[in-house]
Amino acid sequence: MMVTADKTEGLIYLEDGSVFKGRGFGAKKTAVGELVFNTSMTGYQEILTDPSYKGQIINMTYPLMGNYGISVEDNESEKIHAFGLVIKDLCDEPSNSRSVMSMRQWLEKNNVPGVFGVDTRKITKKIRNEGTVKCVISTEGISIGEAKRLCDEGSLRGDWMKEAATEKKYVLEPLGEEGRAFNVAVLDFGVKGSILKSLRERGCRLTVYPYGTKAEEILGGKPDGVFLTNGPGDPEEASEAVEEVRSLIRNSELPMFGICMGHQILAIALGGKTYKLKYGHRGGNHGVYDKNTKRSYITSQNHGYAVQHESIILKGMEVTHLNLNDGTVEGMEHRDLPVFSVQFHPEASPGPNDNAYLFDRFISLMEKEGENA
Amino acid sequence: MPKKPSLNKILIIGSGPIVIGQAAEFDYAGTQACKAIREEGIETILVNSNPATIMTDKGIADKVYMEPLTEEALEQILEKERPDGMLAGFGGQTGLNLAMELEGKGILARYGTKLLGVNRESIRKAEDREEFKKLMEEIGEPVPGSIIATSMDECYKFVEKEGFPVIIRPAYTLGGTGGGIAENKEELEQLCYKGMENSAIGQILLEKSVAGWKEIEYEVIRDGRDNCIIICSMENLDPVGVHTGDSIVVAPTQTLRDEEYQMLRDASIKIIRSLKIEGGCNVQFALDPESGDYIVIEVNPRVSRSSALASKAAGYPIAKIAAKIALGYNLDELSNYVTQTTSACFEPVLDYVVVKFPKWPFDKFRTASRRLGTQMKATGEVMSICRTFESALLKALTSIEIKCDGLHIPFVSGLDDERLTEKLKACDDERIFCIAEVMRRELMDVEELYELLKIDRWFLNKIKGIIDLERRLKAGPLSKELVYEAESRGFTDSDIMMMSGVSGAVLQDIRVYNDIYPVYKMVDTCGGEFDAATPYYYSCYDEEDESVRSPEEKILVIGSGPIRIGQGIEFDYCCVQGVWAIKELGYEAIIMNNNPETVSTDFDTSDKLYFESLHIDNVMNVIKRERPYGVILQFGGQTSLNLAEKLNSRSINILGTSFENIDLAEDREKFCQLLAELKIDVPEGAAVTNQEEAFEAVRRLGYPLVVRPSYVIGGRAMQVVYNDVELTRYLKEAVSLSTEHPVLIDQYIQGKEIEVDAIADGEDILIPGIMEHVERAGVHSGDSISVYPDFSLSEEVENQLLDYTERIAKALEVVGLVNIQYAYDGKKIYVIEVNPRASRTVPILSKVTKVPMVKLAVAAMLGHKLRDSEYGTGLYKKSREYAVKVPVFSSAKLTDMDIALGPEMKSTGEVLGIDEDLDKALYKGFLGAGMDIPTEGNIFVTLRDAEQNQYTADILRDYSEAGFKLYVTDDTADFMKAHDIEAQPMDYDTAQKWITNHSSDSSERISLVINLPVVANRKENDSFPVRRKAIERGISVMTCMDTAKVFLKAIKLKQRGVKLKYREITQQL
Repeated sequence: MMVTADKTEGLIYLEDGSVFKGRGFGAKKTAVGELVFNTSMTGYQEILTDPSYKGQIINMTYPLMGNYGISVEDNESEKIHAFGLVIKDLCDEPSNSRSVMSMRQWLEKNNVPGVFGVDTRKITKKIRNEGTVKCVISTEGISIGEAKRLCDEGSLRGDWMKEAATEKKYVLEPLGEEGRAFNVAVLDFGVKGSILKSLRERGCRLTVYPYGTKAEEILGGKPDGVFLTNGPGDPEEASEAVEEVRSLIRNSELPMFGICMGHQILAIALGGKTYKLKYGHRGGNHGVYDKNTKRSYITSQNHGYAVQHESIILKGMEVTHLNLNDGTVEGMEHRDLPVFSVQFHPEASPGPNDNAYLFDRFISLMEKEGENA
Repeated sequence: MPKKPSLNKILIIGSGPIVIGQAAEFDYAGTQACKAIREEGIETILVNSNPATIMTDKGIADKVYMEPLTEEALEQILEKERPDGMLAGFGGQTGLNLAMELEGKGILARYGTKLLGVNRESIRKAEDREEFKKLMEEIGEPVPGSIIATSMDECYKFVEKEGFPVIIRPAYTLGGTGGGIAENKEELEQLCYKGMENSAIGQILLEKSVAGWKEIEYEVIRDGRDNCIIICSMENLDPVGVHTGDSIVVAPTQTLRDEEYQMLRDASIKIIRSLKIEGGCNVQFALDPESGDYIVIEVNPRVSRSSALASKAAGYPIAKIAAKIALGYNLDELSNYVTQTTSACFEPVLDYVVVKFPKWPFDKFRTASRRLGTQMKATGEVMSICRTFESALLKALTSIEIKCDGLHIPFVSGLDDERLTEKLKACDDERIFCIAEVMRRELMDVEELYELLKIDRWFLNKIKGIIDLERRLKAGPLSKELVYEAESRGFTDSDIMMMSGVSGAVLQDIRVYNDIYPVYKMVDTCGGEFDAATPYYYSCYDEEDESVRSPEEKILVIGSGPIRIGQGIEFDYCCVQGVWAIKELGYEAIIMNNNPETVSTDFDTSDKLYFESLHIDNVMNVIKRERPYGVILQFGGQTSLNLAEKLNSRSINILGTSFENIDLAEDREKFCQLLAELKIDVPEGAAVTNQEEAFEAVRRLGYPLVVRPSYVIGGRAMQVVYNDVELTRYLKEAVSLSTEHPVLIDQYIQGKEIEVDAIADGEDILIPGIMEHVERAGVHSGDSISVYPDFSLSEEVENQLLDYTERIAKALEVVGLVNIQYAYDGKKIYVIEVNPRASRTVPILSKVTKVPMVKLAVAAMLGHKLRDSEYGTGLYKKSREYAVKVPVFSSAKLTDMDIALGPEMKSTGEVLGIDEDLDKALYKGFLGAGMDIPTEGNIFVTLRDAEQNQYTADILRDYSEAGFKLYVTDDTADFMKAHDIEAQPMDYDTAQKWITNHSSDSSERISLVINLPVVANRKENDSFPVRRKAIERGISVMTCMDTAKVFLKAIKLKQRGVKLKYREITQQL
């Protein structure tokens, strides 16, 4: 059993009424969000700064957090997007030569609440059995009654991609001195920094567009390819983006590559459907089978929705990647057009680098199109 | 691709006897491999000379050859069996080396056998230093500056260029035999010579030292389609410089950022791909904590100790999957054994921390150097699992069975500041306790300790956190929050009582009223993401308890803990057999153990596995959770038996022999009294507390005498003394060993030693077989060559042994197993020792007599009667073949350890030689033990006065007549002359020179040493360095004339070129 300190200031309240008492850290704050779990054993900094976690409270299954502190290099965006963090054991004396501050200090600085000292495995199993749930995290010492009220009143949004994306268009030059630079139009739904880095390292000059940018404007920039980013929320609520992507496919034969939310939006744009998974895939250890290479790769995953298999095969798409655990769609490509996408994260960060070959595939599609043109 | 259709019969090579660097993990791996292959409907043929293994048991492989792992034996077996494939990656270095030979000489091809899983090319590339270096450079993986040397000149040149310190590693060895770090020229010479000697190909690697960097390991699996996964990453608490087998290891890595983790992951995969290994592989890295640079230290292209640890740590059965891959399966075609619904092609995630702590044999080997370096010295290890690092570390310390309370050991606490600091720097097996003590005394802060030791600050801070918690407990008052914190960080009840000064009753009340008890969580490979089916649990302090108590009647078996000298894999064999028997008899079998190398801790052995410390707190917590019908303590050796008193006083039902009777057997005084009542002889003796009493006893008993501290079992600190000088010296040491206990002095019976194992049900007994020792009484039974069935005893003696055993078993009300050691001086039979538990010989006798001893013992404990079983009662029928157990020593690895046989056990493992002819069985035994059997050359002989008799003379004359040239020391020369045996004089210095002679001139070499030393365990003694040097160079050393006598039988067979016949064990006996 658990004995918790009398001065309990960390509280996790779930919409089914279950309560987890622990110790608060980070910001003194109360937040409502969707409770999800992530099984990565390393990479908490990348996870917390991944915009796809906007609106979510993350329960980490690995119990020791903050061990190697927070570095300058490991951010996926400029701030923490997750609404809260739930962990078992917090390390206040991190050890790594790159560390500049502790996890506690970092959450404080980012105004994000955290709770430690709770049975994170019990929470994980609860989510596994009952699905992702609405949840209140508080470090302010609020009562359970207050938490219940906030939980009941709070609603979960599905359109976070609109906020997570850049407000203004911007341009990023390629990194290094790779031969010819490809102009890539990036449709931002809340992009991770390492995706942009992966493209720039391969000689891409990126123009990053805000959510809902019109297809004409994008085509007006004369891109060599279009990239659809990851992002938070429910793809069904990204109707504006879906519309523009559909128009891009209709009005151009540009190579197109989508990751995660980008993959889901592409599926819907082509007439497919998405659905919410019971508790999603979040971690860096799932095996995914690639039908093209007949090989399996370990992937980095972060998604709560998936593309319905049958909904896309009649729409000109071929399923190329399958999750080895549950058989869900992990990737697809167009039978005729140079359009493909994956549900998982080839940019890793955090997670295995096994799938970087997909960025190369995108580059070679642009090269091929360039030759044809 | 599914299984290759051409595979119908597969031969698996086991790893042979247990030696340091190659222990129980290969029984675990081999057993898994056999099971994985058999479930495919493929016939399995197993060759292993080690009888104390589960893998050689009925029902694991289809056919078992318990034969020496030699080229000759394998060739004969291959010729007869003609298997389609051979798996060598599950037999450790022994298996790999043998496979290399067989393949290299075209023997495999001759019989149409394919080498599966590994190929010659990849073994060579991974193990040959230069090849490996070349390959790493090709694929752009960094390796340290190094050279391959076969001469000292090359070594000097390298050091001139690179400077000290340098690491020396011999090529093709186990556990880094003969390696080390040289800081100066003297050490360089010593290590280089030794390394070249030890290497199978006379090669050593000199390498610029990266001591002080983090040591990180990855376990990787690759299949034939190039799919690769990481099973587990591990971080050594001890930085580079201490062999990973001697390091405290933590899984997963703790101080690596994701980028660093992935960098090393990528490198591991690149390496396994470049080596084209299909199966498991271990990659070791050194990572510079400052720059983030890394180098590849080494690769093990097979399953290993680390992979056994990784399997248990992650819950992923590496050996099983590796075996399937060898059959042709790809990872994505296999499913996760644990979840049963998800794929095997994934990377396990842990939601707990694992700590591995080594078990060293220094308590047995008082002269051995405790310093840790690149040569592994641990004989075993424990693993612990918990939700915080602190609790995992402290749980490991309660598992290791040394005299420690948490991070306290009395010896270290008793040192003054200066000596403490000195010891801290010495890098020995007690370093972690020194760190804690230095922090306790505030002699250094974390930063200073880091500068000195290079142990990552993260670990140091965690240890500091434990010390801070100690302080808070000492400062008080003891609140429920503090109790919870201390318990959840791994403190035991007695730690908390000791530090807080609160009584047990008060502490228990605080725990009861606040329900401060552990819960059990499952090891499921996936951090709780999927439902898992495996009943593999560990304790922690958290909210939800996942261990659901079934309505079944259950029996708890307590395991044997870490492998150590005197308590090896044989007890794991008994535990596993016990579990199987319990299941068969219709009960739920629960096992509790802490050893990651074993079959007992495999998740599919028992109905429920608690991977736990065997500390009384942990055992009681499991009993509280499961409420078993009874607990079996007989199978786990002294480890489990030591719990008898504690469990008995807590009113727990101990199945089999009761605690009172266990105590009766173990308490010498009470036991002697009992035997006196039974009119059974024991050697006469006395208990003395001072010198005067001792010499008083000597007058009565006369020399030689066996001396030992009271209430210590297993021959520890026991010695035979021949005169006053030796006795005086012993008393000084022994008294300091155990101050409050008297020293026991017994007559030393010079006669045959006989070992009897029996099963008793309270009314009848069954003796499956009698084993007779080759060496006379006085040599520890674990170190003697022993023979089943007895070869020189009359029927009358046998009947008397049966009678004695029956009466003792009855008097002790033995239910289950009992092991009795007797001495017979030609007139009378004496009882030397009674062990009311399983023994080292149980697996041997079970196998050679086909009497399922453990199963019968379990049945007896559950009320079944022997007379109703098919095996009956009394003395079981003798087999027509001989089985000879030959002990195997790891002496070469423990520098400064004396190899002379005596009453203290020194061997780490054993092999069995089986043949209809006793001499041939002996020959097979020596071959299996890997002893060098010379057929000609020079023998260096030196004898203590007491052995200079007719018996010795006859044996030496035989050697001389067999064509050997004898060289003797001055004190032996007269004896030889008197008996008219030709011998040349030689002093110890010359003997050493001849032993280490590198030149090709064989006339000035020694091929065998017969040395009966005056005093053992004395480094300054003249003959000690001769014994050490010989054993380090692989020259056989006889320290007992009885061994020398039978060794000559093997020599003669070899001289005659006798062809041995190797047969399947089911056909034998």
